[in-house]
Amino acid sequence: MEKRATFSNLWLAAAFIAPQMLLIFVFFYWPSGEALYWAVTLEPPFGGSNQWVGLQNFMTVFEDPKYWNSVRVSLTFAFSATVLSLAIAALLALFVDRRLPGHQVYKFTFFLPYALAAPAVGLAFRFIFSPDAGFVSAINHAFPGLWNPALNGYDAFILIVLAQSWKMVGYNFIFFLAALQSIPRTISEAGAMDGASVLQRMRDIQLPLITPTLFFLIVINITDSFVDSFGIVDITTSGGPARATELMVYKIYTDGFQGKDYSLAAAQSIVLMVLVIALTFIQFRFVERRVHYR
Amino acid sequence: MIERTPVLDFITHALLIGSLVALLIPFWIIFVAASHDFHTVNQVPMPLMPGSHFLENMATAWERGNFGRVMLNSIVVAGGVTIGKIVIAALSAFSIVYFRYKLRMVMFWLIFITLMLPLEVRIVPTYAVAADALRPFKAIFELFGISVGLPEWNLLNSYSGLILPLIATATGTFLYRQFFLTVPDELTEAAKMDGSGPVRFFLEVLMPLSKTNMAALATIMFVWSWNQYLWPLLVVTDQQNFATATMQLQKIVPGPVFGEPPIWNVAMAANLIVLTPPVLVTIFLQRWFVRGLISTEK
Repeated sequence: MEKRATFSNLWLAAAFIAPQMLLIFVFFYWPSGEALYWAVTLEPPFGGSNQWVGLQNFMTVFEDPKYWNSVRVSLTFAFSATVLSLAIAALLALFVDRRLPGHQVYKFTFFLPYALAAPAVGLAFRFIFSPDAGFVSAINHAFPGLWNPALNGYDAFILIVLAQSWKMVGYNFIFFLAALQSIPRTISEAGAMDGASVLQRMRDIQLPLITPTLFFLIVINITDSFVDSFGIVDITTSGGPARATELMVYKIYTDGFQGKDYSLAAAQSIVLMVLVIALTFIQFRFVERRVHYR
Repeated sequence: MIERTPVLDFITHALLIGSLVALLIPFWIIFVAASHDFHTVNQVPMPLMPGSHFLENMATAWERGNFGRVMLNSIVVAGGVTIGKIVIAALSAFSIVYFRYKLRMVMFWLIFITLMLPLEVRIVPTYAVAADALRPFKAIFELFGISVGLPEWNLLNSYSGLILPLIATATGTFLYRQFFLTVPDELTEAAKMDGSGPVRFFLEVLMPLSKTNMAALATIMFVWSWNQYLWPLLVVTDQQNFATATMQLQKIVPGPVFGEPPIWNVAMAANLIVLTPPVLVTIFLQRWFVRGLISTEK
């Protein structure tokens, strides 16, 4: 889209855009470029300038079974949390959109968890699902040793999936509800006149019409589970037990800032960047469809 | 809608009320745990009704987490990010939409790409820049053989280090851009006819019209920056003076001291302190929050 009426003072145009460009240059483009540079060089242990090592850092990363473990954990985590929170959110939105008495209440409450910081969610869930105190510990009272996220990798994984899904349900709900409410009422009414029951209308009319939103949310949820889950993992499990919850971002953080191995961390960052960019490209393809649908 | 479906209505209500309880119960548990003494909170099963030690625990948590100072830091950072973003994004969107120059689309795409990579994905290199924010310029000068004695600008342990990298994304720019594109051209033409230059048009016509967008952007940015965790954790080593509220949660996690039950009541009280501001903002400004959410993600 273009404006018909524009201004012509180019110095002013440059001055207006300068702060933003300066910021993204210093804090976005330069660091991203530098990550590339680090990923293909190695810092000598006794100082001096970096040596060119080509793809060696990437080879080291890819040959490390611990790295593949973090990839596997991240992908499983992204998949489980996304499916769980999207399914619940879609179900809730469909039923809230029936607009039975009292449905306004849900609009105001379901998204509250999304306002919480990831570490706050983590701390709450760590307590609630703690094996020897808190809410879920009652299970261990009845069946000793059944639940222990501090020792059992599966339990720890379930814990972070639940925490992440809890946080994202409200967010997804808002988008689903907005999409549902933008479906013209007449379509559902026509379906009802033709004898489709409430559930049939949900399945055959409403769900298909909100698929653009669904695709968009899938991408957002996966990205968020790569990115924002750091706080949850750091507070609840610290990547443990035995790396069962070591997500990619968490591994970059531990390798880069605790292990001080910037080259390896940079190589891992590059892989993660490529992954997230690929996801975003997919998202933009669907953004187009969303707009048409509106 | 038109038909009577008593059974399904009942199921709907049951499902929604059940989900509401399930979604809100963590909040209740945090509150209950924060209101009991050390002994009661570690009981199995834990009590489900609040106890009488709430204020006491809050006071302990407040002191132990140094929240007096830390909350102030968080407010400064969240406020700084919010204001910075609102102003800078408005300026750049104005430049992209209302001026016509060759590099316009280049600039647009340069800004657009930043949407793709959240800060968490590029922490390692961004951290290196934060150690000296003028380093990119030094490197460029060096490349061209110009020797300019630029000072070192270390952003670690400073408010600018906490704020600036968080502003360097494009979310706000696109919100404004989309809005500016819907502003009728006649308005611009009328303003020009009346002899208004770009600055005046921007300040006196465009900005007042953007109020709702600003409010939406402000709420969403405030909550987002308040909840930042990884970046503050890296930039701040001077915990005494520059720690933010979310960072304190890591310190207050009940330690794995062997044989000692964790101090959950104080931890949950601290959690309550940290989560209250963003929750209040979303509750009271929720119209803007929801609007901001839906329009920034477009």
